[in-house]
Amino acid sequence: MNSHAKISRRNFFARVGQGAALAASGGLVWLYLLKQQVRASPYAIRPPGARDEPDFHARCIKCGQCVDACPYDTLALATADAGIPIGTPYFVPRNVPCYMCEDIPCVRACPTGALDPALDNIDDARMGLAVIDIENCLSWQGLRCEICFRECPVQSEAITVEHHPRRLSKHAMFVPLVHSNACTGCGICEQACPTQKAAIRVLPPELVQGQIGDHYRLGWTVDTPITRDFNAGGGATGADTPATGLDYLNEGPL
Amino acid sequence: MNEGNQTTKTGPDGRPVRPFIMPSSFTGKLRVWRYLLMRRSMQLGILLLFLGTVRGGWEVAGRPVLTGNLSSSELFGLIPMADPFAVLQIMLTGHLPLLEVLLGAALILGIYGLLGGRSWCAWVCPVNMVTDLAAWLRRRLGITDMFRLSRNIRYTVLILTLILSLLTGVAAFEWISPISMLHRELIFGAGLGWIAVLGVFLFDLFILRNGWCGHLCPLGAFYALVGKLAQVRVRFDTPTCTHCGECARVCPEPQVLNLREAATAGMIASGECSNCGRCITICPEDTLHFDLRHLIKTREQPDTSKFHHRRAA
Repeated sequence: MNSHAKISRRNFFARVGQGAALAASGGLVWLYLLKQQVRASPYAIRPPGARDEPDFHARCIKCGQCVDACPYDTLALATADAGIPIGTPYFVPRNVPCYMCEDIPCVRACPTGALDPALDNIDDARMGLAVIDIENCLSWQGLRCEICFRECPVQSEAITVEHHPRRLSKHAMFVPLVHSNACTGCGICEQACPTQKAAIRVLPPELVQGQIGDHYRLGWTVDTPITRDFNAGGGATGADTPATGLDYLNEGPL
Repeated sequence: MNEGNQTTKTGPDGRPVRPFIMPSSFTGKLRVWRYLLMRRSMQLGILLLFLGTVRGGWEVAGRPVLTGNLSSSELFGLIPMADPFAVLQIMLTGHLPLLEVLLGAALILGIYGLLGGRSWCAWVCPVNMVTDLAAWLRRRLGITDMFRLSRNIRYTVLILTLILSLLTGVAAFEWISPISMLHRELIFGAGLGWIAVLGVFLFDLFILRNGWCGHLCPLGAFYALVGKLAQVRVRFDTPTCTHCGECARVCPEPQVLNLREAATAGMIASGECSNCGRCITICPEDTLHFDLRHLIKTREQPDTSKFHHRRAA
């Protein structure tokens, strides 16, 4: 009787061990799958108001009510093979960009707050940041394209056109410049770009945006005796003062 | 069980045991299939409402009919509904979701707390159609189980879901759930999510009977716990039962049909019963019926003494 009790006790512990091992190994595989999924694609462009990725991943219940609410069929839920964290809403700007509805119906539809309800002005959305491939941008070839500038819904703030000297010619180039303090990442520029593959693209800001950091100081912005002396003469403190001699276009041959 | 009598088996009170015979008439068949047809209409109808709203822009009085999916949805743009298990996982990641989804989860929790937790499984869940097909096929093909697995393993998966949600900061089951994958891709566009569903189908067909829904699914486990005190239950009228065992043969959760416990309680009390109604329509003695728990409890209990000396078939 005593030995029988011992064996069954040993059996009991063995069974507990087996169960624990099964749960632990299953749990580890599961954990691995989750980690893989979460980092599936850092390139996903999210609907307006989407919180930072870890926060967004935690909150999004994958219900697709934002997709339902979008009047332009911009948004889609990631399928199992999309390479984007499964079930989460995203959009591909080159196909259908975000048209920046003023009432932001997708954010209103979100039941969990994965899209932050505090976003009440669509201009404050930061879905991504447009970046320009200047090797393929038509404007940078000296053509007068500027389509992105003209299509931009935050015109003259998110994209401005700057003039840029051109080699071997008197004519300046008029090139687009994106300003991160105003670009919402809607992707209308990317969709409008006439090159075969878009030369202006929207990407998550954290993938493309650098940071100067605190260890650099732009000397001319700091008020010291030296900079005061330096600025005293012409008062040229930056690019605000027009450069001289631009009227040469009207003189001599082209 | 019936030693000494080879030709006609008899039940506990000496009445002959009759097998279930499928009626030959169409209306008779419809009667047997009535809950099955209702369940399929419900499952497909819900899918259709979601699909029509997102694809067809269905509206009633200018309001979208049913937006979202089974994870979280809104009826007529007014009534929020949400999967309480998904919301629980989100809350375990350390995020308090908006009031809307909390109310939706509370509503669904209340509904299934009354209707029987796992009614969700049999009447709403789209994977149920897949696993029922697998179960039907394996019965046809006579496929036996590869191994036995405890049906309680689903509660371990349930606990794992909660622990992993806590550890990883994402709703652990929602990220791998074949239910959500199937449902989402049916409504919002198909990808390779059907592979997960195929996996469930093959597992159920070749490896283990009711393998997914009856052994592994943590959502089913969650609803089994939710439905522990559910109102809608299958009533068990002891005097007419002959222990023929037909109910246990069709039941996807046969452990709930412990007839001794059922006789004592007057009903199938286990939360694991999904209220699918198969046992009700197959019972040749008309012993089983849907009823409300408190009506069963307040009704006079029949004499159950004759059940105490023998086990269910």
